[in-house]
Amino acid sequence: MPFGNTHNQLKMNYTAEQEYPDLSKHNNHMAKVLTPEMYANLRDKQTPSGFTLDDVIQTGVDNPGHPFIMTVGCVAGDEETYEVFKDLLDPVIEDRHGGYKPTDKHKTDLNPDNLQGGDDLDPNYVLSSRVRTGRSIRGFCLPPHCSRGERRGIEGLSVEALGALDGDLKGKYYALKDMTEEEQQQLIDDHFLFDKPVSPLLLASGMARDWPDARGIWHNDNKTFLVWVNEEDHLRVISMQKGGNMKEVFNRFCTGLTKIEELFKEKGHEFMWNEHLGYVLTCPSNLGTGLRGGVHVKLPNVSKHEKFGEILKRLRLQKRGTGGVDTAAVGGVFDISNADRLGFSEVELVQMVVDGVKLLVDMEKCLEAGQSIDDLMPEQK
Amino acid sequence: MASSFARILSSKRKVGILSLVGAGSLTVGFFLNREQHVNAGAQVRRIYPPSAEYPDLRKHNNCMASHLTPAVYGKLCNKTTPNGYTLDEAIQTGVDNPGHPFIKTVGMVAGDEESYEVFADLFNPVIKERHNGYDPCNMKHPTDLDSSKIRGGQFDDKYVLSSRVRTGRSIRGLSLPPACTRAERREVEKVVVDALAGLKGDLAGKYYSLTQMTEQEQQQLIDDHFLFDKPVSPLLTCAGMARDWPDARGIWHNNEKTFLVWINEEDHTRVISMEKGGNMRRVFERFCKGLQEVERLIQEKGWEFMWNEHLGYILTCPSNLGTGLRAGVHVTLPRLGKDPRFPKILDNLRLQKRGTGGVDTAAVGNTFDISNLDRLGQSEVQLVQTVIDGVNYLIECEKKLERGQDIKIPAPISQFK
Repeated sequence: MPFGNTHNQLKMNYTAEQEYPDLSKHNNHMAKVLTPEMYANLRDKQTPSGFTLDDVIQTGVDNPGHPFIMTVGCVAGDEETYEVFKDLLDPVIEDRHGGYKPTDKHKTDLNPDNLQGGDDLDPNYVLSSRVRTGRSIRGFCLPPHCSRGERRGIEGLSVEALGALDGDLKGKYYALKDMTEEEQQQLIDDHFLFDKPVSPLLLASGMARDWPDARGIWHNDNKTFLVWVNEEDHLRVISMQKGGNMKEVFNRFCTGLTKIEELFKEKGHEFMWNEHLGYVLTCPSNLGTGLRGGVHVKLPNVSKHEKFGEILKRLRLQKRGTGGVDTAAVGGVFDISNADRLGFSEVELVQMVVDGVKLLVDMEKCLEAGQSIDDLMPEQK
Repeated sequence: MASSFARILSSKRKVGILSLVGAGSLTVGFFLNREQHVNAGAQVRRIYPPSAEYPDLRKHNNCMASHLTPAVYGKLCNKTTPNGYTLDEAIQTGVDNPGHPFIKTVGMVAGDEESYEVFADLFNPVIKERHNGYDPCNMKHPTDLDSSKIRGGQFDDKYVLSSRVRTGRSIRGLSLPPACTRAERREVEKVVVDALAGLKGDLAGKYYSLTQMTEQEQQQLIDDHFLFDKPVSPLLTCAGMARDWPDARGIWHNNEKTFLVWINEEDHTRVISMEKGGNMRRVFERFCKGLQEVERLIQEKGWEFMWNEHLGYILTCPSNLGTGLRAGVHVTLPRLGKDPRFPKILDNLRLQKRGTGGVDTAAVGNTFDISNLDRLGQSEVQLVQTVIDGVNYLIECEKKLERGQDIKIPAPISQFK
């Protein structure tokens, strides 16, 4: 039960078989991995804060999934979840992150100087550039499990840290429950405002409890650096701007994140991170870098090419509509971003986006000119 | 109150173990030493003091928010029921759903029978507000399912299109929908389905499990207006009642389609007796007979319904305590429905109107769903009689208006008899 830990033993009055969920119609990573034997072995365990296996899997039990989209179906309630329930989460991670093994090490690289190029994506095609990730504050429970007091603690620490940013990162915090109507409208117009989650994937895990208490949005005065507090993760950090200068976006992203981390450390707090899983976030799909770097780009011709899907796959990129995940592209404009999160560093992932988008734009120009793109086909990265 | 609960729990301990059958069966053994495994009195996880955890209820308008002061929160926040249910869990739905300026929702639920006892300092004032002054501390709730006491109850079919009585029942010893484990929910299903299978005559029927029904069965149940869906109301989903859907949920109805039981929706069971036309008397007779039969059948196996003399039948939502009964008709009142005195007449008769789509719907045309306002403090017989007398009065008014005669607002009837 979200936040609760006092009835963790109630289910022990029944056998594992009696409690095992019916996953016969399910198609998500959790359901593929959770055998009755595994359930029996893990069901009497809990993390130090009292998060149990049933808490981990509730969202996956409640949301059987879609025949074509494979959702993760489990969440972490705290940092220790990934350790206590590794028998479940390691195979889920391996399946979701392209074969990432329990013994693999993840490389973190937030040095923007290591990015080659990226400052010259053609703004006639690349309409906007954006990089996002998440961060969790070590010692606090994650959104599925945190109490109101913890969530407020996270908000307080975050607002304090963000309040110390200066220069082009100087900004302001807007608490969801205190914002005025004008502030709200401005945030909507800027496409910054996030709403109470409606996706049953999130609701079933308990992340929307007590909304909008301790939730808010911080952004810098220039509106190019944005932090969401207590939505799906403790912090979601976004750097973005119009046009194709991904280098600048990534620069600001790295600088901002590094500064925020320093400010937290000054107060005796650090981000959840380890050398195996990288940055630890609520959903296993966001482990490692938690990074999605992408552009909104006009590709009306390339997107109709029969090999579009194959090209993206080789470039390790994915497409979405410009409304975000699960939306369709409108007017030939696509959201193109890295498909991977874990097992590659931040620099490597953004490099793939920069190089891949450059190629896609070149292909688009070729097709516009009536030329073939056969000799531009990339190798599998 | 506490001692009666202790007695109930200890009598359950004397119940014999149900046999645990072999592989593939979900029959549950009811362990004599159940309390060994239960986290009775487990420490609630607390890093912050109650003042840091107290919810922000400034924009809230529900019964829970009206009565959950910081002092009450501080007193109760570290308590747990024997099953481990906590205050934060009980109030979560009210924290998540601030309410509506015009509709006052309850804003809290019970996770088990003991919730009403352990969190009485909050439940009691909420119950008092919701049930118009009924005080669980010093009042007793009468239960009366003797349908022979009903006078009249056969309405003119020209006005009354259908008649219906519903209530809920909870199986003592098993957690309620906000808190139950999957195995507990499956046990509720098994206990109730076993009992229903023992019904005979005009009550004989069939169970349709939500996980196993065929497409044809599903379509038939939709056409009969019997099928219930996964709750979408955030009032219910925030309380955790939709977990593991559709596991262990189902619908049972008799062959004649006049007696229907929902299993594991908002309560362990919801029991509905209904038919077309105005024979409320027969609907209530079947209702009482069916309920008493089901109770007898579960008692044969060592189970009983949650009930006590202060709160009557125990259900998930405090608004359904007592009788949990809503008896109503769909009635056509073209003239009275437009009369400005209609709301006051209903009020004095202790009736409420809804649209024919159920709570929160508007009336379509001239047909209204008219039912009893009260649930707790009066017996089933009393409430159904109130509906019968009231609907008779409404039909009389309609007839008077048809004849061009004037109508009178009746004197308000008393609430607690």
